[in-house]
Amino acid sequence: MNRILTFLLLGTGAIFAADAISGQVEKQALNMSAIVMFLIFVGATLGITYWAAKKTKSAKDFYTAGGGITGFQNGMAIAGDYMSAASFLGISGLVYMKGYDGLIYSIGFLVGWPVILFLIAEPLRNLGKYTFADVASYRLQQTPIRTLAASGSIATVILYLIAQMVGSGKLIQLLFGLSYEMAVVLVGVLMILYVAFGGMLATTWVQIIKAFLLLSGATFMAIAVMAHYDFNFGSLFAHATELKGSVAIMSPGGLVSDPISAISLAIALMFGTAGLPHILMRFFTVNDAKEARKSVFYATGFIGYFYILTFIIGFGAIVMVFQKPEYLDAAKHAVSGGYPILGGSNMAAIHLSHAVGGDFFLGFISAVAFATILAVVSGLTLAGASAISHDLYASVFRKGRVDSMMEMRVSKMATIALGIIAIIVGIAFENQNIAFVVGLAFAIAASANFPILVLSMYWRKLTTRGAVIGGALGLGSAVLLVILSPVVWVSILGNKTAIFPYEYPALFSVTLAFVGTWFFSITDKSQSAKDEQEKFDAQFIRAQTGIGAEGASSH
Amino acid sequence: MNKETVEKIKSNPDYQKLISTRNSFAVKLSIMMLAVYFLFILLIAFNPSFLGTPLSEGSVTTVGIPVGMGIIVFAIVLTGIYTKRANGEFDELSNSVKNSLKEI
Repeated sequence: MNRILTFLLLGTGAIFAADAISGQVEKQALNMSAIVMFLIFVGATLGITYWAAKKTKSAKDFYTAGGGITGFQNGMAIAGDYMSAASFLGISGLVYMKGYDGLIYSIGFLVGWPVILFLIAEPLRNLGKYTFADVASYRLQQTPIRTLAASGSIATVILYLIAQMVGSGKLIQLLFGLSYEMAVVLVGVLMILYVAFGGMLATTWVQIIKAFLLLSGATFMAIAVMAHYDFNFGSLFAHATELKGSVAIMSPGGLVSDPISAISLAIALMFGTAGLPHILMRFFTVNDAKEARKSVFYATGFIGYFYILTFIIGFGAIVMVFQKPEYLDAAKHAVSGGYPILGGSNMAAIHLSHAVGGDFFLGFISAVAFATILAVVSGLTLAGASAISHDLYASVFRKGRVDSMMEMRVSKMATIALGIIAIIVGIAFENQNIAFVVGLAFAIAASANFPILVLSMYWRKLTTRGAVIGGALGLGSAVLLVILSPVVWVSILGNKTAIFPYEYPALFSVTLAFVGTWFFSITDKSQSAKDEQEKFDAQFIRAQTGIGAEGASSH
Repeated sequence: MNKETVEKIKSNPDYQKLISTRNSFAVKLSIMMLAVYFLFILLIAFNPSFLGTPLSEGSVTTVGIPVGMGIIVFAIVLTGIYTKRANGEFDELSNSVKNSLKEI
C-alpha cells in the first residue's frame, strides 16, 4: 500500500501532466525564423477564415461547416484535435525521460477510437444535428437533458482550455521570446477571429492544415533519426540505452503500477475520448454515416502513426539531444547535476528539431507547435459556444422558437465570451498547479457525457429521470473524487494524506453514473417515462439506418 | 416516423439481418479491442518484467516494443476491417430497407 501511495504521490499528474506544460519557464531570445513561419501560417489561416466567413450563412454552416466535409478531411481534423502541442511535446518528452512508459501512455489514448467507431460514430451522425446533446435528448425531455449535457460539455471545454492556454503561454514564451501575457492574449484573439468569423469551416481547415504540417514535420524528424541508424531500431535502442547507462527505458517503469489505478486510467482514457464534445461535434460535419466511419478510420490511422513517430522522436532526442552541451541547461546542471535540457524535458522534440535540421527546421517546428495550440483551442471554443447557443439558448431558454440567424449570432457572442474567459483563466492560472485539469476533463467526459450518450442510443428503458440523476452523479462524483485525490487534496491543498487514495476517479464515477442511471430509470413508472420508452424503436431505426436523418449539403 | 412505418421496418428481413449481424460484429470487435488493451494494462500492473524481456539473447529490444507497436497497428486494422464491411455489406442492407419504404 505504501509503495502504491508513494507512486501516486511521485507520479502525481505524470500521465496528464504531459498535456499541460507546467512549471516555471524562462523567456528566450526572439526566434526570427519561427516568427516568420508563424506569420505565414497566421496569414494563410486568416485568409481561409475570410473565405469561410463568406460561406458561413446559417447556423448549420456555423456549427457543421455545412455538413460537406469528406471523411478523409474530417479524419485529418479529428486527428488534429487530438494531436495537441502538449501531446506532441509531452509524449515525446515522456519517451525521452522514461522510454517505454511513453508508449503505454499513447496506447491508452488510441484504443478509445475503435470503440467510438463500432458503437458511437454511426448513431451519433444519424441522430444528431449540431451537438451530442441532440442525441441524448432525442426522445427525452429537452430542458433537463440539454442542461445536463451542456454543463458536461462546458465544464470539459473550460478545463481543457485552461490547460491549453497555460501550456501555450509557457511554450510561446520559450519558443518565440514573447511575454507570457502577450502570448495568451495573441492565442485568445486569433482563436476568436477564426471561430467567430469562420465557424466550423475555418476551424476545420485550420485543423487540417496544422495536422498536415505536424505530421510532415514529425515524419521528417523520425526519418532523420532513423537514417542515422540505417533504419534499424535495434541499433537506435542500443545506442540510447548505452547513453542512458541503463536498459530501464526499454520496459514498463512506474507509470502504471497498481491494478485499480491502471484500470481507472484506462476507463478515463477510453470513455473520456468518446465523451469529448469538440471531438463528437466533428461527426456532424460529414454527409452521412459512411463518411463518419471513414473519418474514424483515417483519424485512428493518423493518430496511431503520430504516436509511433513520437516514440521514435523521443528516442531520437535521447541519442541526439541528451548530454549534448548545446542543449544542456548549465545553470540547473551546476545545481543539481545530471543532464537537464533547456526548458525541461517537454522541449526534447524541439531541441531534436534543431539537432536534425538546424535553425530553419527549429523555426518550422516551433511555428507548427504554435499553430497546433491555435487549432486545438479553436475547436474547443467552437464546441463550448455550440453548447451555449444551441443547447442552452435555443433549446432550453427559447424552447426551440428561434431562427437560425439569431442562434448563430448567439454562438458568435458565446465564442467571444469564451475567448475572453480563456485569456483571463490563462493569465490567472500561470503559476498555479494545473496538473489535474486535463485528468478532470477526461473524468467528466467519461462519467457525465459518455454514459448518457451511449445509453440513450442503445437502452430502451432509459428515462429522463434516470439520465439526469445518473449524469449528475457521474459529474458530481468525478469532480468530488478529483478534489479528494492526492493530486488536489495533497499537492494543492497541502493536506497530509488524500481522502480518496487513487489518482483517477473514472472507475468509480463511471460505474456510479451507469448504476444511477439504470436504477432511476427502471424505477421510473411515470407516464412520460412510458412515452419515452415507446419512442425508442423509431429512434433506434433512424440511428441504425439513417432513415429520416438530417441531410447535408456539400460545399 | 409513424407507428406503422416503425412496425413495417421492424418486420423487414433485411432490417433484422442488418441489426443482428452488425451489432454482433461491432460487439465482437469492441471486445477484441478491450480485451487486448486490458490484458496489456494488467500485464504492466502485475508482471511488468515480461514486457522487459529481451527479444533474443543479447538484444536490447524488448518484447514490449513489438507488443506495443502491435497494439497500435491492431487498433488501426480493426477500424479498417469494420469500415470496409460497414461501408459495403451493411450499407447495402440499410439501402434496401430504405428502398422498401419507397415502393408504396
